[in-house]
Amino acid sequence: MRPATLLRCAALALLVSFLLAPQRFAPLFAPLTQYGAPPIYDQGNLLSLALAHLGTVCLAAAASTLLAVTLGILVTRESGREFLPLSRTLVNIGQTFPPVAVLAVTVPLVGFGERPTLIALFAYGLLPIFENTIVGLQTCPPAVLEAASGMGMSARQRLFKVELPLAMPLILEGVRLSLVINVGTATIGSTVAAKGLGEVIIAGLLSNNTAFILQGGLVTGLMAILLYDGMAAFERRLLRSVRIE
Amino acid sequence: MTEATLPRTARFDRLGTLLGVTGVAALAGLSFVLVKANRIVPGIPRSLLEAAPPLAGWACLACLALAATAALFVFNARLRLGAALLGIGALLLALGAAGDALTPLGNRVVRISAGPAFWVVLVCLGLMATDAITRMRPGPARRVLWLAGFIAVAVLALKSGRFDHLSVMREYAVNAERFSRELLRHVLLAAGSLGAAALAGLPLGIACYRVPRIREAILGALNVIQTIPAIALFGILMAPLGALAAAVPLAGRLGIRGIGAAPAVVALFLYSLLPIVANTVQGLRRVSRQAVEAARGMGMTPGQVLLRVEMPLALPVIVTGVRVVLVQNIGMVTVAALIGGGGLGTFVFQGIGQTAIDLVLLGAIPIVALAFSAAVVLDALVEVMDRVKQ
Amino acid sequence: MITVENLSKVYDGTTVVDAVSMVIEKNTTTVIVGTSGSGKSTLLRMINRLVEPTGGRVLIEGRDTREEPAHLLRRRIGYAIQGHGLFPHRTVAENIGTVPQLLGWSAARIQARVEELLQVFQLDPKAYADAMPHELSGGQQQRVGVARALAAEPAVLLMDEPFGALDPIIRAKAQEDLLEIRRRFGTTIVLVTHDMDEAFHLGDRVAVMSGGRLLQYDRPARLLTQPADPFVARMTGMGDRAMRLLSLTTAGEAALPGRGSGPAVTASASLREALSELVWQGADSAQVVDADGTARGHLTLDAILRHGRPS
Repeated sequence: MRPATLLRCAALALLVSFLLAPQRFAPLFAPLTQYGAPPIYDQGNLLSLALAHLGTVCLAAAASTLLAVTLGILVTRESGREFLPLSRTLVNIGQTFPPVAVLAVTVPLVGFGERPTLIALFAYGLLPIFENTIVGLQTCPPAVLEAASGMGMSARQRLFKVELPLAMPLILEGVRLSLVINVGTATIGSTVAAKGLGEVIIAGLLSNNTAFILQGGLVTGLMAILLYDGMAAFERRLLRSVRIE
Repeated sequence: MTEATLPRTARFDRLGTLLGVTGVAALAGLSFVLVKANRIVPGIPRSLLEAAPPLAGWACLACLALAATAALFVFNARLRLGAALLGIGALLLALGAAGDALTPLGNRVVRISAGPAFWVVLVCLGLMATDAITRMRPGPARRVLWLAGFIAVAVLALKSGRFDHLSVMREYAVNAERFSRELLRHVLLAAGSLGAAALAGLPLGIACYRVPRIREAILGALNVIQTIPAIALFGILMAPLGALAAAVPLAGRLGIRGIGAAPAVVALFLYSLLPIVANTVQGLRRVSRQAVEAARGMGMTPGQVLLRVEMPLALPVIVTGVRVVLVQNIGMVTVAALIGGGGLGTFVFQGIGQTAIDLVLLGAIPIVALAFSAAVVLDALVEVMDRVKQ
Repeated sequence: MITVENLSKVYDGTTVVDAVSMVIEKNTTTVIVGTSGSGKSTLLRMINRLVEPTGGRVLIEGRDTREEPAHLLRRRIGYAIQGHGLFPHRTVAENIGTVPQLLGWSAARIQARVEELLQVFQLDPKAYADAMPHELSGGQQQRVGVARALAAEPAVLLMDEPFGALDPIIRAKAQEDLLEIRRRFGTTIVLVTHDMDEAFHLGDRVAVMSGGRLLQYDRPARLLTQPADPFVARMTGMGDRAMRLLSLTTAGEAALPGRGSGPAVTASASLREALSELVWQGADSAQVVDADGTARGHLTLDAILRHGRPS
């Protein structure tokens, strides 16, 4: 546990210090450049790109969480049961769609820029959260639900006091999966002119500047890992109190 | 168990009503096709009856009305599926007919593409068909047969020439030779890295299962790799592979280069390891202790226990991992096009670059179809293996 | 008093409970017993309207249970089930305080009640109030489940196979606890089980159900001596019915005046246990003594055997 925590802190420190003062790292990247090309991305501020990237990812994830959890609740209620089998099949089919394809198909519909990226991230992010919400709500132990009704909880009280808290670990796991997929897909968003770290990588690919590719890749990679790790740690804390045998 | 199952008082199907209303609204309010004088200019919207020849238009509307009626009032899943498929067929034929009708003879510049109404109605009908299939719960063999049937019908329909005047098919006609090359390359990249990952991942998974001390470290490391975005990992791998090619001429002659297929294959291989290793461990852990005890009791050596008892019993879970990898790889190969790896992603990104939606679709539709088919086939395989096991 | 009138439940054309009528007296334990699928659980669940009856009605203290919304009704009725159904995400104290909280009790009152109940169930509040359910043993979880059902001082406690998942020793302890609870709180208990021994041990009245119908509803001894139906006779067990009958009377109740000779049996032991002791010791009479050793009378082999015959 200890070395892992240390590693985490080191990764975070590295990411923050690179984003705040990228030029200090120039000597490290210089050997990768040719013909005197700049070793550090110079066509935009790395920090603001990273923040824009993170913002897009989180905004999309927040929106998909809201809708996916609501839908997940609806299809697991008595009145929405008719839609449950179809929803499950749709989630299964939806997850075979590559995120890139979702992005690519969105561009023609809404044009270039942030919007297709946001929409693609939102649409693709729905799936894991929706699936996990359904599974979480459906795997609540029947004895617990029976006890909740038997003690006189109304349907709404049962949902908010028992079912959702019990499903929370799985829902959060879905959100974590969504976030990580989103960080990756958002990089590709740069090919459709969304602001983000993909810009750095694409610029490197276009100008054959390995230093750019590497720094873009490392920053997004670190961001994805830290995000995944942070969410996982948060889930573990929550799980410690909610343990279902 | 739970509350009383209420008697079914609703006389309409609620899902059907939702789909029917959406479909009708789309047909009434949105354009069925877009007509562009050439590839670049914005399209002029046309409704179904404006676009298709009168006979085809009205016939299509009649079929759609039939499908909508079935969606609302018919509860038999088979009939609903039939109605939905009829609707889909009519819709596609009407689109093809509109393409023929709107293209002046010999004109190769004008582009006829499907409009929003077409897509919305197609999605509605697709949902109706999916819902019906879900309710029918077809077995694994039947699902694969249906898939094969659908693919055969789709290929025949595209070969028939009825759709040749549509813009996607125009793009295909221009790129036909490249298309089959990139398609093959796409499949090879996805399957090749899967094969390599299976070769390396199975022993690694068995080792992780047998030696709990290394399990956490290996699975943790693979988990970290999984979280790195594909494009980033491709990029990161370009540097060392490039350096390798420069330092070792033989490597360069073998095709290992900083750009191209090499970093893509390596990255996909790395991504593929986690599901295979994790599922191997999971599958072996789930093997019942009694079966292993019994095998030992009969005098099998540890190697025999592994090969004859544990692995066969763990196989369905391992194949589930393979399914995850294959579907994931088919998607990720798309990104490989960005670093010169080829595959259908070439069309997607070229299309994005040229703002040519049809080129994007020419790449994206086959990718989705490939991933979907892989999922259906492997899911069926897992189900069959699970049944055999019981 | 709970009055069940002509209560029926039909699911998709299948009658699960068929026109059951019964009166459950205040401060008694009524056990509903039957094989699986006999409709016993459904009958119980219609009392607190977890299942809505298709026909008939239930009156509690003369009031039709349909007069108020189902969830408000349930807050007045305790409900404990097999596998306890504790909320895994809440502490023991929060679990027990669920219904008082729903009823809007003050925090202080809830805390006092939780501590009282934990003590009744021999769980030290300091050690267990903040524990999570998964930290408890199976027997402790079950006790918390019953404590939770009793939290809001309900006059009626419904229990659906509450001890089904417990091993025999813990189960016997839980049954003793239940008898103690009735004495202490004067709760009217309705319990469902498939275990005839449990029914005879706990029930003042036993209701035998089969195929949705109530076959017999009577004192345990009458079920043995005058079964209304061959099925009831089979359920109660033909082979050892004399022994079962003996187990329904305690040595204290059957004791004859005068100090006898032979081995000592406690007054709370059943005649079955007393007989076993005599057989074992090869004696033909026994002294009956209280827990503290004071003499209560005596028993002879003949006197015991007379209790094992229908009178």
